[in-house]
Amino acid sequence: MTSPTLRMPGAQRSPGRGSEAKRYGSHLFAHIVLVLGGLAMALPFLWQLIMSLSSNAEVTSVPPTFIPRELRFDNYLAVFDVMPFFSQLGVSIWITVIRVVVQIVLCTFAGYAFARMRFRGRGLMLALVLAILMVPSQVYLLSQYQIVQNLGLLDTVAGIVAPGLFSAFGTFLMRQFFMGLPAELEEAARLDGANPFQIFWKIMLPLTGPAVSALAILVVLFSWNELLWPLVVSTRSDAAPLSVGLASLAGVPTVNYPVLMAASVLTMAPILILFIVLQRRVIEGLAFTGIK
Amino acid sequence: MTLSLRTVRTPVVSTPDRRRSAGPSRTDGWWPWAFVAPLFLGVCVFYLWPIAQTVYFSFTKFGVFGGQTWIGADNWVRLIQDPDFYRAILNTLIYSGIVLLGIPVAVFLASLINRPGLKFASLYRVLFFLPYIAMPVAISLVWRMMFNGDFGIINYVLSLVGIDGPHWLSTPGLALISVSLVGFWGSFGLAILILGAGLKNIPTELYEAAELDGATPWRRFRSVTVPLLSPSVFFVTIITIIGSFQLFDALYAMLGPNNPVMPATQSLVFYFYETGFIRNDKGFAATIALAILVIIGIVTFLQFRLQKRWVNYD
Repeated sequence: MTSPTLRMPGAQRSPGRGSEAKRYGSHLFAHIVLVLGGLAMALPFLWQLIMSLSSNAEVTSVPPTFIPRELRFDNYLAVFDVMPFFSQLGVSIWITVIRVVVQIVLCTFAGYAFARMRFRGRGLMLALVLAILMVPSQVYLLSQYQIVQNLGLLDTVAGIVAPGLFSAFGTFLMRQFFMGLPAELEEAARLDGANPFQIFWKIMLPLTGPAVSALAILVVLFSWNELLWPLVVSTRSDAAPLSVGLASLAGVPTVNYPVLMAASVLTMAPILILFIVLQRRVIEGLAFTGIK
Repeated sequence: MTLSLRTVRTPVVSTPDRRRSAGPSRTDGWWPWAFVAPLFLGVCVFYLWPIAQTVYFSFTKFGVFGGQTWIGADNWVRLIQDPDFYRAILNTLIYSGIVLLGIPVAVFLASLINRPGLKFASLYRVLFFLPYIAMPVAISLVWRMMFNGDFGIINYVLSLVGIDGPHWLSTPGLALISVSLVGFWGSFGLAILILGAGLKNIPTELYEAAELDGATPWRRFRSVTVPLLSPSVFFVTIITIIGSFQLFDALYAMLGPNNPVMPATQSLVFYFYETGFIRNDKGFAATIALAILVIIGIVTFLQFRLQKRWVNYD
């Protein structure tokens, strides 16, 4: 590692400056910047909440009404009249849960085999799986649509979920995780006569917590928020997930703005609440996947 | 169904004598196949085969009632002559460029958040992460309200400083800028996270040494943080560009698919969607999809070539 050049002309000028005072000063500056930045992040959400509780006249008023005269919670009730909210919520929950469970099972098994087992064709199969990571989803979307259509699965949970059960990224993530575990763990069990499945199940699987939860977080986020694929395979609004439902609600001219905002609050709320409750885990999990 | 049969059958095939010969020549019998097969078959059916199909589709025209006819390179010739295609490339590049401007800001923010002993650091991290967690469709609708030309809060704020705000989302050039600003706004969370991990790997002795030499905070940032963080910055740049090239949700929700400015504003992915699923021209859409692959490939290749000039890997 080459140490960067640190000597500079003004170096002698500040020998006596107390580093504590300097720290305090710079932390104050950091707080000012971060509070302003944090507000810029949070204000659209706050504004969304305010609009969802206002009347249509207040939302479209100039200058804007920052505090509604009364809080109109009935906007939230109106959401259930303008979109099949509960069917769409059901679809969203189903596709998310199924994807999380199936992806974790398939990716853990495959990731383990790619990392720790020896078999013919391993390199080729792994290369084929990883190649998908470099291909944008549009390249397989048309054909996936045809497959789902031919199977008669348009407008079904199975159709929305099917391609997303198999994840190259998840496999890669789990493989990287298993690669990092020490080999001695398996050797001891192998000498005791355990078969590869027992080794995987009893020794390795209990260690996968961090990787599995990181994968689960990513799949939940992706599944819940995804638009393009479900938009393409759902033609009936009650068979679509919330992302599609909300996007099409925005195109209905008779829906007034506060109701639209209330719908958008309800749609993103489950994930945001989950995130705020599990924030440490989510951030650690995403850091885990981002850096591996 | 075949998958489960395979899994069930495998124990019978396991070879006990193989297990004893641990070492380089060890194989695990049929077990690895049982472990890999479910995933690999799914990948073949839903990813590898579709890729091959898309290549084939790009040389065909889809009939109204199904079926394809081979038309040679017609789609490719048409794509190269299609001004909408170049417009979509340009729009995607403009969007990516504006979102990339967030990276220097994220480096700065990450260096502030990760100061040792900074209070409320995790709260700040959560705040910057909110846009990343929120459903793009939902938050884009909020921005659609905020950018509204008649009653949007953005034009209200501009009016306070005497600017008569435009109709952002129905003016061709401005619609793309608006969507890009939302992309910029949402780009900090993940970047701060990855850069934060990079920052933790910088040895604190370097900062102490710099402080002893009397380096100002700014100087420490420029001479220690920036060069040692460059691999993380490079990684963030790559994933930001790949993500930006997938621009679809925000465009769809902020402008609405039938917005008259859409043809002038659309990204490559929207152009693909519109061609394949609105106009039902799936052969041509396949050609666009492959073009997106090629363009992302070229951009990523260029980045890896250029990284030697600025990424510090010692």
